[in-house]
Amino acid sequence: MASGLPKRIIKETERLVAEPVPGIHAVPHEDNLRYFDVSIHGPAQSPYEGGIFRLELFLPEDYPMTPPKIRFLTKIYHPNIDRLGRICLDVLKGNWSPALQIRTILLSIQALLGAPNPDDPLANDVAQRWKEDEKAAIATAREWTRTHAMT
Amino acid sequence: MSSDEDFMSDQMMSDDEFDDDSLGELDSEFEDDNDNYLDDVKDEKPQKKAYEVDYRPLSAQTIRDEQAMQVNEISTLFGLSPEQCAILLRHFKWQKERLIERYMDNPDVVLADAGLGSEFSKPPKLEKIRGFMCDICCDDTRALDTYAMKCDHRYCADCYRQYLESKVKDEGEAARVQCPAEGCARIVDSKSIRLLVPAETYARYEELLNRTYVDDKPNLRWCPAPECEYAVDCPVRPNELHRIVPTVACECSHVFCFGCGLSDHQPCPCSLVKKWLKKCEDDSETANWISAHTKECPKCISTIEKNGGCNHMTCRKCKHEFCWVCMGPWNEHGTSWYNCNRYEEKSGSEARDNQAKSRASLERYLHYYNRYANHDHSAKLDKDLYIKTEKKMTMLQSASGMSWIEVQYLAQASSVLQQCRQTLKWTYAFAFYLERNNNTFIFEDNQRDLEMAVETLSELFEKPPEQLRESKKEMMDRTAYVSSRRRILLEDTAQGLRSGRWSFTVDV
Repeated sequence: MASGLPKRIIKETERLVAEPVPGIHAVPHEDNLRYFDVSIHGPAQSPYEGGIFRLELFLPEDYPMTPPKIRFLTKIYHPNIDRLGRICLDVLKGNWSPALQIRTILLSIQALLGAPNPDDPLANDVAQRWKEDEKAAIATAREWTRTHAMT
Repeated sequence: MSSDEDFMSDQMMSDDEFDDDSLGELDSEFEDDNDNYLDDVKDEKPQKKAYEVDYRPLSAQTIRDEQAMQVNEISTLFGLSPEQCAILLRHFKWQKERLIERYMDNPDVVLADAGLGSEFSKPPKLEKIRGFMCDICCDDTRALDTYAMKCDHRYCADCYRQYLESKVKDEGEAARVQCPAEGCARIVDSKSIRLLVPAETYARYEELLNRTYVDDKPNLRWCPAPECEYAVDCPVRPNELHRIVPTVACECSHVFCFGCGLSDHQPCPCSLVKKWLKKCEDDSETANWISAHTKECPKCISTIEKNGGCNHMTCRKCKHEFCWVCMGPWNEHGTSWYNCNRYEEKSGSEARDNQAKSRASLERYLHYYNRYANHDHSAKLDKDLYIKTEKKMTMLQSASGMSWIEVQYLAQASSVLQQCRQTLKWTYAFAFYLERNNNTFIFEDNQRDLEMAVETLSELFEKPPEQLRESKKEMMDRTAYVSSRRRILLEDTAQGLRSGRWSFTVDV
């Protein structure tokens, strides 16, 4: 199976296992080495603190020329993540560079949890609430983290 | 015969006019973007028609040459390589003066903004570096060809190529392809691209660059005809479109509006064309018809068309009983059943007025739309007509011994007919938005004259081929007359637009 896999993906996977990033786990599926189960710990001092968020990550055929496809599986209340778990992040779209890696992308996502950006929203209702009443929005995010990300 | 010659020479004259505009002249005219431009031209060339504009079709090669010329000019001036200057010019959307000014002020900032950073002078080349591992494919094979621009972000040639190919071929990027490294804003220049990608991709890259050049310059527009590779150069700016309809003819013979890219819609200005097409398209008139012919049940709001019978309505859906005239509940009518005494009440008469108004506006629209659609339909039969004409021409040649040259008048007549139908079609959209005043009568007279002339000419076409020979002179006369009627109408409307003589019911 691994023989058909580009060297780049093999190296990246090896490195993810050998030098794991604190708070981030990414493990490829045995039957599809382009498909990763990912979990990210909510950053400290953020409404997501204490939560463990599950994501799925897929490396498309022309990776690394095109960005990986990533989606949250755990429900999350965040202005840049919508109900289906899709993420609005520049490096996953136009600003993708083939020199970026799974590791760097996951770090960017973790950073996004620590610094929500309601001015560039994907989930409009959440972003609006975030702007109008940030305290209440953060409380909701905490509440969602407790109910969905701590089981 | 004289009329035919008249017609022919006139056609040739207008062709000559376009050729007259030499490269240099046009260039200098575009430089200073003044509003008096058209008036100036009028003074210089009194013979130019008010409905004509200056333009010049450009081939893909000419466009490339024009770019190269400007790039070289800047290159000599700045003492930079042509590749760098091309990037600079594109960054400044080909506004040469602005680039020169800014560059003279602060060259470093300009270079950095355009993604060039500091100087690069050596020709780009592939290198083999010992102990190198490509960050993209993780290949560390010895003797790997690698490449880096001045930013020193080095990748193997294979990955660089794949990256550029995906940018150029999949994403259609050209002028703003950045270094593959994350966050590096350096633009990959054409020399590097030529070094790295196969010829076919490079051709695509150049084509895309050409396209951005045309898209960036306000005086250029691609010919919208399928497969056509020409662009047209025309000095008319968007802010003049309310008083000029800039119709241009591409080298491929497609005639279109420089302002909006739609096919020729003289004499109607672009904004009216847009409104008219939207009106026809979104079927807003269906709603108008409904309001003219129906009412809603006061209880369940179902739409009801009264197609006969008395005013005592019983809604089919909710069984509500009401009076059609005053819309009040039927049981309140008391003794005045079947003779609604509320008829003259203010609200009732207002409703009637509204209904009459909306009906009148619908009829007005339909009047213009039917004529528009009729000419549109006829214009769509152009192709058939032309094919039929060609058949007739060959028949004439064999049946009456006329030579090929001698039957050309048929093709001429057919193309004039098509052109006039196109014009007529848009006169109806024009007239729909025209405010009624004394000027309108002149317009309608011109319109009627053209329409009658077109119909007579069209009739001549219906004749059997054996009679065509006798009608040759008549047909040629008619053709000349029809095109002169078209010129008169266009001249009058165009002059009116320029001087603001027309008043419209909507904003232009």
